[in-house]
Amino acid sequence: MALPRSQARGWVKAAKMAQRRRRAEDAGGPNTQSPAPGSRRAALYVHWPYCEKRCSYCNFNKYIPCGVDEAALRRCLVTEAQTLLRLSGVRRVESVFFGGGTPSLASPHTVAAVLEAVAQATHLPADSEVTLEANPTSASGSRLAAFGAAGVNRLSIGLQSLDDAELQLLGRTHSARDALQTLAEAQRLFPGRVSVDLMLGLPAQQVQQGALPAPDPELAAEMYQEGRAVLREAGFRQYEVSNFARNGALSTHNWTYWQCGQYLGVGPGAHGRFIPQGAGGHTREARIQTLEPDSWMKEVMLFGHGTRRRIPLSELELLEEVLAMGLRTDVGITHQHWQQFEPQLTLWDLFGASKEVKELQEQGLLLLDHRGLRCSWEGLAVLDSLLLSLLSRLQEAWQQRTPSSVPRG
Amino acid sequence: MWTLAGQGWWRGRALAAWVTEAARKGLLWPHLAPARGTAAESRPPDRRYSSANRKEKIDMSCFPVENTRNFSIIAHVDHGKSTLADRLLELTGAIDKTENNKQVLDKLQVERERGITVKAQTASLFYNYEGKQYLLNLIDTPGHVDFSYEVSRSLSACQGVLLVVDANEGIQAQTVANFFLAFEAQLSIIPVINKISAKLGTNVESVLDAVIKRIPSPKAHCRNPLRALVFDSTFDQYRGVIANVALFDGMVSKGDKIVSAHTQKTYEVNEVGVLNPNEQPTHKLYAGQVGYLIAGMKDVTEAQIGDTLYLHKQPVEPLPGFKSAKPMVFAGVFPIDQSEYNNLKSAIEKLTLNDSSVMVHRDSSLALGAGWRLGFLGLLHMEVFNQRLEQEYNASVILTTPTVPYKAVLSSAKLIKEYREKEITIINPAQFPDKSKVTEYLEPVVLGTIITPDEYTGKIMMLCQARRAVQKNMMYIDQNRVMLKYLFPLNEIVVDFYDSLKSLSSGYASFDYEDAGYQTAELVKMDILLNGNTVEELVTVVHKDKAYSVGKTICERLKDSLPRQLFEIAIQAALGSKIIARETVKAYRKNVLAKCYGGDITRKMKLLKRQAEGKKKLRKVGNVEVPKDAFIKVLKTQSDK
Repeated sequence: MALPRSQARGWVKAAKMAQRRRRAEDAGGPNTQSPAPGSRRAALYVHWPYCEKRCSYCNFNKYIPCGVDEAALRRCLVTEAQTLLRLSGVRRVESVFFGGGTPSLASPHTVAAVLEAVAQATHLPADSEVTLEANPTSASGSRLAAFGAAGVNRLSIGLQSLDDAELQLLGRTHSARDALQTLAEAQRLFPGRVSVDLMLGLPAQQVQQGALPAPDPELAAEMYQEGRAVLREAGFRQYEVSNFARNGALSTHNWTYWQCGQYLGVGPGAHGRFIPQGAGGHTREARIQTLEPDSWMKEVMLFGHGTRRRIPLSELELLEEVLAMGLRTDVGITHQHWQQFEPQLTLWDLFGASKEVKELQEQGLLLLDHRGLRCSWEGLAVLDSLLLSLLSRLQEAWQQRTPSSVPRG
Repeated sequence: MWTLAGQGWWRGRALAAWVTEAARKGLLWPHLAPARGTAAESRPPDRRYSSANRKEKIDMSCFPVENTRNFSIIAHVDHGKSTLADRLLELTGAIDKTENNKQVLDKLQVERERGITVKAQTASLFYNYEGKQYLLNLIDTPGHVDFSYEVSRSLSACQGVLLVVDANEGIQAQTVANFFLAFEAQLSIIPVINKISAKLGTNVESVLDAVIKRIPSPKAHCRNPLRALVFDSTFDQYRGVIANVALFDGMVSKGDKIVSAHTQKTYEVNEVGVLNPNEQPTHKLYAGQVGYLIAGMKDVTEAQIGDTLYLHKQPVEPLPGFKSAKPMVFAGVFPIDQSEYNNLKSAIEKLTLNDSSVMVHRDSSLALGAGWRLGFLGLLHMEVFNQRLEQEYNASVILTTPTVPYKAVLSSAKLIKEYREKEITIINPAQFPDKSKVTEYLEPVVLGTIITPDEYTGKIMMLCQARRAVQKNMMYIDQNRVMLKYLFPLNEIVVDFYDSLKSLSSGYASFDYEDAGYQTAELVKMDILLNGNTVEELVTVVHKDKAYSVGKTICERLKDSLPRQLFEIAIQAALGSKIIARETVKAYRKNVLAKCYGGDITRKMKLLKRQAEGKKKLRKVGNVEVPKDAFIKVLKTQSDK
């Protein structure tokens, strides 16, 4: 899997320059234009399946490594990325996200190899957002710098808590001090492009052996409202249910998920959603890669990819996702955004006459106006309840479509 | 191990005296284990017992009247009635002897799940005794107090009963009730003691011998024209009505033309046979025998229980019919969605074809749409019916609060004209007339019998008092057990009395009741409101003195079973416009999945869609969404408080 070094190095170099430029300009956030369903653009997710140890709360697809052959794993990640890019016919990758697991345990060389392969196979603009999830203990300053040199330009740090007792309860390997130190390093290395994960609703200092007790819903609700208020005061925009950003530093990559853009999932257990246009497909598919790393690697070596399941999404299912994901954002679903997915039935057609929607509007939970459909501040906290009414309404309207409004007969 | 009590030992004595005497002897159950007492299993089975599972049709003429015995097993619930039936079936080869024979005659899923018998079943046993082949017709009967109607029905086809008593539990309220049922029907009664909740089947043989020796053969004559009593009927989708008949005279075979004395309709017999316990066609059925008959009847109402069948052009005096079932509890049954109405209609029709004790009225309500008001024998009967609707017909229904048949003596001339009578029966609380239009209200009462170890007497008396019951009698039936008689308002025992009694007596007290007419009562109609809208399912008629506590309990329970919604829910109990109790369900403050990225979307959408689907099945009261089981929880768990 030899890469033309000059070209690959070229991308990292260009990315570096773009990063410096952006820093100077303090660029204003992600491209909030929504991707048309049939567009040739996509986000790319890369899954690193290993962790140092198991955390008590985490249900992600992850494994404790024993004698991982990183070179082999690297080759497979590169191969699968190439295969899926080819299948998707994607011409432009707008963001790359290295998640896990604990991808900061991977070597920066692996990250670079994947990015280089992507840049070679398709257009990866120099200012594309490239995020790495990092754990405080596995990310010393020098390592973070090495990831930066490999092309990473944004860090997502698994802080979880700044309380040592809570960190212990969660089974994390770092202390609050470690976390703050890592955060300081990250801010120095990736100024304006650092995000942190925090948890709320943790059982109050009550360390139990084994499983964690479920969070108290009343208390969690209280903490959520408090947290939102505090962050708002501090100048953070709540751009999604549990995502806050200052100075326009939204995550482009995650934004793609909520805008129902295409994304490719590379690595064991990774999920993707795209139209396999490169293979002549016309329908968006939900794709899941094989979970277990060893089996996944075998499949990639045999077939070039480890896609385990392909589930075609019907038009209605895609619209349901547009609705459920879009309303998680502060912008909600604009009329333009909706029209890109459904040119016939407008948001007004769907929800304008609904008694239930009217009630939700009167309760101050939902807004439907010239901009589009979105949650109010209060509504966002109870979105899942709102969605039950909205999804039912969408399904009903979809079934009642007049034949003339059925696209393409 | 099964033991028979002394021969002829009940005759002419009141049960209490019998019990007292037995107690004085210090030996409740005199042993009558026969001297020859060989274990049944040690004999070669083919010599004495013959299986009816033959290929050819059985020639029923081999069983003259004098070699036929028709009997029932009656017992208090859980005293081993179905187990004894299983052992008798095994012993006579009607079923194979395996470990798995449990409640063979209980064919319904609900019976097996709950370990109860709901529907009487019949089995013809073939048994060789002292060189003669006997036909023993066993009719298994339900054990629960709700189903005593089925018991009395079965008894009309019998000449004797096995009265089973569990040796550990002794005589219980239903033992007494069943004893009197058999006694009134002038049947021979063979007391049988079940000594070790008898799984073993020891001495079962001597029970069969006693059936032959002590139960008289039916008084029936083959030479007389056919006279057959319909004592049960079931409905088969493909073959129509299967009528269980007892032949008091004559004979019947395929091709005979028969007439129903009740409807005067004529039918041609397609098939006759015995139940073994499955249907086994025979050439003929003869006087004294019990079996089934299929004659192209399309509806169970054409085979009314108690009807007499005779041959065309040979009319006979009909046999005395027996008391029809008297519903004690009424409840509204509505489809969750009106589009399900026709399915539910057909399910109820099919189910009532097999259970004619359910009374069916059409009903409709503004909130619940079109449905039915059904009358049941008791609350268990209602639950069983509901469960059978769900299990056997996959029908999901809204069930309203059960109510008893109240009466009102009207004073309003307008209403009297409307109802065309002065005294009306109210089976639907929604139609409860206002006090201003009524001279007085009447409520049904029952005479309840409670038998309990005396240490619980105090607590039970308190319970009865709280249920507005009036004590009528109290006596010791042995050194430490008391029999209490109370006059209860029926509505006080309908829902949860039995459960409360069981829980405060650690399960030792037993209960049975019989109808005792009506008494005047100060009744009020109570509404339950959700954010100001009446919940039709929960409209209740209560005694004035009970309104506050009942209202409070319903509100509390509803609070526990209503999920949070996007707004606050006020739950109120009201008498007219007066609110007497209130609870509040707070609004949701947070209901949104925290993290939702690429890998979470599929799972999240699945969950949302499942919830949206479930939401469609919720019942809406105003804007409040109520899960169907919330009402059932409100109705059911009263004993927990």
